[in-house]
Amino acid sequence: MTSDIAIAANRFGLGLRPDSKPIGKPADWLRAQIDRFDPRPAAMTALPTRTTLIESLQELQELQRAKKADAAKVEDETAMAENVLGKYRKSLREHYAQAVDARLQVAVASETDFAERLVHFWSNHFAVSTDKVVVTALAGNYEFDAIRPHIFGKFSDLLKSAVKHPAMLLYLDQAQSIGPDSALAKRVNARRDADLGLNENLAREILELHTLGVRTVYTQTDVTEFARALTGHTITGLARGPIRRLVDGNMAAGATVFVDAIHQPGSRNIIGTSYTQSGAGQADAILSNLATHPATAKHIATKLATHFVTDTPPPALVAKLEADFLKTGGDLKSLYRTLLSAPEAWAAGPAKFKSPWEWTVSALRALNLKQLGANKQGPAALFAQMGQPIWRPGSPAGFGDQTKDWAGPAALMRRVETAGRFAKLTAGRIDARTLAPTILPGTLDPRTAEHIARAESPEQGLALLLVAPEFLRR
Amino acid sequence: MLNRRLLLTAGLATGTATLLPKMAWAAADTDRRFIFVLQRGAADGLGLVAPTGDPAFASVRGDLALAAGTKLDSLFTLHPAMAETAKLFAQKEAAFAHAVASGYRERSHFDGQNVLECGAGHPYGRDDGWMNRLMTLLPSGERRALALATAVPLALRGSVEVGSYAPSHLPDADAGLMERVAMLYAEDEQLAPLWTSATQTEAMAAMTESGGRGGAAAGKLVASLMNGTEGARVVMVESNGWDTHVNQAGRMNGLLQGVDDMIAAIRTDLGPAWSKTLVLVATEFGRTVTVNGTKGTDHGTGSAAMLFGGGLASGGSVMADWPGLAAGQLYENRDLKPTMRFEQLVVDTLSAHYGIEPEKLKRTVFPDFT
Repeated sequence: MTSDIAIAANRFGLGLRPDSKPIGKPADWLRAQIDRFDPRPAAMTALPTRTTLIESLQELQELQRAKKADAAKVEDETAMAENVLGKYRKSLREHYAQAVDARLQVAVASETDFAERLVHFWSNHFAVSTDKVVVTALAGNYEFDAIRPHIFGKFSDLLKSAVKHPAMLLYLDQAQSIGPDSALAKRVNARRDADLGLNENLAREILELHTLGVRTVYTQTDVTEFARALTGHTITGLARGPIRRLVDGNMAAGATVFVDAIHQPGSRNIIGTSYTQSGAGQADAILSNLATHPATAKHIATKLATHFVTDTPPPALVAKLEADFLKTGGDLKSLYRTLLSAPEAWAAGPAKFKSPWEWTVSALRALNLKQLGANKQGPAALFAQMGQPIWRPGSPAGFGDQTKDWAGPAALMRRVETAGRFAKLTAGRIDARTLAPTILPGTLDPRTAEHIARAESPEQGLALLLVAPEFLRR
Repeated sequence: MLNRRLLLTAGLATGTATLLPKMAWAAADTDRRFIFVLQRGAADGLGLVAPTGDPAFASVRGDLALAAGTKLDSLFTLHPAMAETAKLFAQKEAAFAHAVASGYRERSHFDGQNVLECGAGHPYGRDDGWMNRLMTLLPSGERRALALATAVPLALRGSVEVGSYAPSHLPDADAGLMERVAMLYAEDEQLAPLWTSATQTEAMAAMTESGGRGGAAAGKLVASLMNGTEGARVVMVESNGWDTHVNQAGRMNGLLQGVDDMIAAIRTDLGPAWSKTLVLVATEFGRTVTVNGTKGTDHGTGSAAMLFGGGLASGGSVMADWPGLAAGQLYENRDLKPTMRFEQLVVDTLSAHYGIEPEKLKRTVFPDFT
């Protein structure tokens, strides 16, 4: 039983705090979180809205444009423009840092940490990356608005919400993709000898990463057909070139809109199914079918089991999840309940190596630290140093989710450095010898307890607890 | 703080040295160095080395057809951002291979990178990487490999232990804690070797001033980690951002400038060791021949690879069995058709570099490639 409590808290949650309420029956404790989860906590709703964020991006773009146009102007004016531009860039980074702070604050304080883990899981499944400047400002809003409220709904709703958020439309270039035979392309291409057209980036990644999975049932032709169907989805406020005039109108900035004038007309054929709908309904119908396809069920089942249970999940566990997904048409609540009921998910022994994010959150919870202290190294910078810059996996596949992705020599060194820093923040108020069995119930190795007891200072003892093998794994 | 760490790890290093027999390699020609730069995201080979002599090129490439640059031969022109590379090419210290691809023929970045790194015939075909298998062919005293990353990428994973290093701005842990951690991990099969490797690399990096940012700084860092008798002999560097679906021209310019700066810095800082160094720069696959609707290119097949080194056998040449870009010459009517296998390029280049018989090298490094 004690080890089941440790499994519930560490494998499925974000770790215990010294003041955590008793868990009771572990599986029940986790299931109850489904109903207790707060999709819109105050720390997140207090952040700037999507419209505000897009407006500040708009201003930045206009400044950049003006700067280009004024390149010939006298030097001091250029210097001034550079100054203003610098301030805007800084404000984008501040939006990002604030959102990372909010994410961390909510995770550290959470009483529904299994649900938080699910948010982080889906956010990484539908990954955007701040390698693109526009994503820097929008990534937090993406997770909080487009992912978080949908983690207990239908997979198809989560999918549509994620891929239509401006952060995704911009990250994977959909906002600029134009049907080659759309009304706009015909008009502009004829007049200017331009070549407006498709960008297949988002279409491919939806098939490969978000739904069916790579090497399954689709071909290059399906990718191109899907890219044609997706044309028309763009956003207000940041569109460029000829699309700009079509979408800006009177709508608030940052709304996802469907513009028929850039949609590729005609019916589409994807993986043997014909889609004759016109307009936005066409892509929606395709997304709905993709969301419940057997290949998608298998892909999601494997990923979820790999994330929570072990790097190579038992086929029986994957089969249960897959069957549930197919039976319910992608009902996520039911999928999680099936995971929690499966004996395979409760196999003893730590099987996963915590990611830098999971490790940091669990360390702060263990020490009951609400913040990282008055230090210029805020959370955003800390996660970058540890090898997991939040919302910057560098690719639409998201961060890796296996031991080999996180257990490297330099990564381990960063954890030891960070543990030393966290321990200092407690200023000797916590006795690691009593904390250790509280946060690692039934899993604390007597040898670790011995090393902690022999530490040369209370701080060193705490640092050793945080980097102990049983705290690095879950 | 730095000094204490150095002292501690120097102690560790001495401890290790007494356990290992001193190798007799120092006199032999074995202190060769190899650097692999993986361009993640599918770098556009036609943008890097443009086939300006192909009559179809200008029309199929449209706006992205290279206008300026350095003529390499009657067929190819090098991107103008690579000024240092152009000089090295003239000195026969740089070479290119074109229309190259691994055996992978789909267009997923992640599967493509997996095949390029594990060197198997299909995605996830092997758990270890070809660079790690290469290490088994080196004298045991020379098997020091390092990834410039927090964790070790697939290409370097395998039976030979490999280090990783990423520059850190975190305050160093104190020496007391570092010692205790070593004891804490002593009986953990996974953590003990990771920790030994981490402390040794950290000590080596502490001797360099470089922060590792930007092309030139990264080059300096790589060189500093490879210099000296105890330096790494095999290093892997990851270069991100090559997935140019939109406005490719500007982004390629910056990215290639970064590679150019890095190579120049490595060459300068390695000093005499450059004559025994080989650098290979490659990507998982190429990009479409035609420009897409957003001034970029989508995922393709054949691409180009770069080679550098002070004693490069192929220096000053572009190796290509050029397939052509006219209608009917493309792969699946959209991509540059690959005519050279990446694996073969690696086998040929490494066997010349290390003086290892090609068939032997191939059997070990790419056992699935026949």
